[in-house]
Amino acid sequence: MSTPTATTSAGMAETHHLEGLLAAGGPPRRAGALAASATFGWRAMLKIRHEPSQLTDVIAIPVVFTVLFTYIFGGAIGGTPGHYLKSLLPGTLVMGITAVTMYGGARLATDVTTGVFDRFRSLPVWRGALVLGSLLGDVGRYLLAATIVVVLGIIIGYRPGGGAPGVIAAVALVIAFGLSLSWLWAVTALLVRDPAIVMSIGLAVLLPPTFASNIFVQPRTMPGWLQAFVKVNPISHVADATRELMNNTGSAGGPVAWSLIATAAITLVFAPLALHLYSKQD
Amino acid sequence: MAGAGPAIEARGLVKVFGETRALDGIDLTVRRGQVFGFLGPNGAGKTTTIRILATLARPDGGTARVLGCDVASEAGAIRARVAVTGQFASLDDDLTGYENLVVLGRLRGLSRAASRRRADQLLAAFDLTGSAGRPVGGYSGGMHRRLDIGASLIVTPDLLFLDEPTTGMDPRSRSQVWELVRQIAAAGTTVLLTTQYLEEADRLAEQIAVIDHGRIVAEGTSAQLKARVGSGTLHVRLLDREQRSLARAVLAGTLEDPVQLGADPLTLSVLLATPADPAHVGRLVGHAMTRLSEARVAIAEVTLGQPSLHEAFLALTGHPASPAATGHGDASS
Repeated sequence: MSTPTATTSAGMAETHHLEGLLAAGGPPRRAGALAASATFGWRAMLKIRHEPSQLTDVIAIPVVFTVLFTYIFGGAIGGTPGHYLKSLLPGTLVMGITAVTMYGGARLATDVTTGVFDRFRSLPVWRGALVLGSLLGDVGRYLLAATIVVVLGIIIGYRPGGGAPGVIAAVALVIAFGLSLSWLWAVTALLVRDPAIVMSIGLAVLLPPTFASNIFVQPRTMPGWLQAFVKVNPISHVADATRELMNNTGSAGGPVAWSLIATAAITLVFAPLALHLYSKQD
Repeated sequence: MAGAGPAIEARGLVKVFGETRALDGIDLTVRRGQVFGFLGPNGAGKTTTIRILATLARPDGGTARVLGCDVASEAGAIRARVAVTGQFASLDDDLTGYENLVVLGRLRGLSRAASRRRADQLLAAFDLTGSAGRPVGGYSGGMHRRLDIGASLIVTPDLLFLDEPTTGMDPRSRSQVWELVRQIAAAGTTVLLTTQYLEEADRLAEQIAVIDHGRIVAEGTSAQLKARVGSGTLHVRLLDREQRSLARAVLAGTLEDPVQLGADPLTLSVLLATPADPAHVGRLVGHAMTRLSEARVAIAEVTLGQPSLHEAFLALTGHPASPAATGHGDASS
C-alpha cells in the first residue's frame, strides 16, 4: 500500500479534481448499435493482445489438422500426399475453422459469468452488441486460422487451381459458415454458462458431421443411410464448395449455393435466439 | 433531471430463486440527492434489490420506478441515467485501467477522443495514473474499487448504485472510498449504497433501511435506528475465567439488560437497550464498574462500543444475522 504521505496527497487530489469532473456536462447521445459492437470487437482484440495464449486454438488446430491428415491419410487414400492435398486441403480448411468456432463459445461462456458482463448489461447500449462484437473478434481469429491452413498447404505442396481469387472466395465462404456456427455456440454458452460444458457439447455436435462428410473420403463405400446423411450434411456442401473455389473445378456453383443457404439458415435460427437470450433479464 | 418525484420508489418487490424468496415484499423510497444506506448481512437481498432497480433482473412481483421511469417498461431510459458499481458489476481484469475506461466511455456514447480524455482525467483524479497501463487483474483491492467507482463516473449519473463498496478493504482504502462517495453525493448524484457495516451506513447515509431475509425490518436515520437498537454494547474481559459467573451476577444486578457470555471464557457483554443518552450510559457503566471492583473481580479490559451489525440484528429482528439461512439468494446469480 501507499505511504501515509502519498495517501494524504492523493486525498487532496481527489477532493480537488472530482468537483470539476462531476460538473462536466450532461449525458452524451446514446452509442449506436454498430459503434457499440465495434467497441466490443476492439475489446476482444485488446484481450488477445494482453493474453496471446488465447490464440493457441486458432494456431494449433489448423497446423495439427493440416500436417496430420495429409501425412496419415494422404498416402493411404490418395496415392501421394501431393495428389491427395488437392481434395484434402480445402476440407482441412473447413474442418479447422469449424473446430475453432467452439472456442469462441467457450470464451463467451467465461465472459458472461464475470462481473464485467453485468456492467455491460447495465449500460444504455443495444444488448446484442456484446455478442456481435465477440463475433467480430471471431472473424479475425478465423482469418488467422484460414491463413495458416492455406500457407501451410502451399508449403507442403498444395497448388490452388483457382488462384488467389478462388482461395479468397473459399476462405470468405468458410468464415461465413463458421460465423453461423458461432451463433449456435453463443446460444449454447448463454444457456449453460460454463466453458467446459460448451466445449463438450461442441465436440459432441461437431465430431459426427465432420467425419460423416466428404472431407476425407467420397461416400461411395459408406452404407446407404450414411450416404444419405453425408449428402444433406452442410459440412459436405461447404467442403465441396471450398474445393470447387480453390481448385477452380466448379461447374454450376451448386455446392456454393447450398453452402450459403445452410449458412443463412443456421444464422437465422440461432442469431435471434442468442440475442434474445443475451438481453433477457434474470 | 426530469421530474421531481423520488429517485427510487419500489412497492412490494418480490424475487424468488427456486425455493428461496430472496425478496419478500420490499418497499423503498429514496429521495433525490439523498445517500441511502441499505444495510444487511450476506444473502439478505441487497444485491438482488439493486439488480432489479438497475434493470439487470426482473422482479417476480411488485413495481419499481427509478428516476420516474418504470423498471419493466422503461429500462433503456433508466440505464442512460444510472451507474452500477460493486461486487457483481465490475471491470475487465485482462484489460488495463485505461483501456477499461476507454471501452466504457465508447459504450457510454463518448467519441474516441472524449473517451480518452475522460479516462485520463478519471485516472488522475483517482490517483491511478501510475497504474493506468497495467491490467486491472493485478490491482490491489483498494485500487480496483477506486477504478470501479471512477468507471461509474464516465458520464455523471443521476443515480449511483454502490454495492458493498468497501467489503474486504483495509481501513485506509475504506476511508478513501467514503470520501469519494461524499463528494459524489455533494455534486448532486443520488446514491444507493449497500453495506454489511453499520459504521459505513452511519457515516455516509442520511437514511438507512435494514434488510433481512428479503424484508425490510427497520428504516430511519442513523440516530433513529440506534435509539431502537440501544446505545451500545459493554464488553468486559476478565483476567480470571473462574470469576465469570461472579461478574455475570454483578452485572445482572446492576444493569437491566441481559448479560451474554462470549465464546471466549474470559468475556461477557451487555447490549444496553436503553435509549441513547450518552450521559446516562456513562453513569450506568461507571456504576457497573464500581460494583465489579467492589466484588473484587479482576478486569483486563472494558470497552463500550457501538452496537455491531450482529447486535443490531439481534435487537431489530430478534434473531442473529445468519447468512447461511438464506443461502445464495444474494449471490450474483
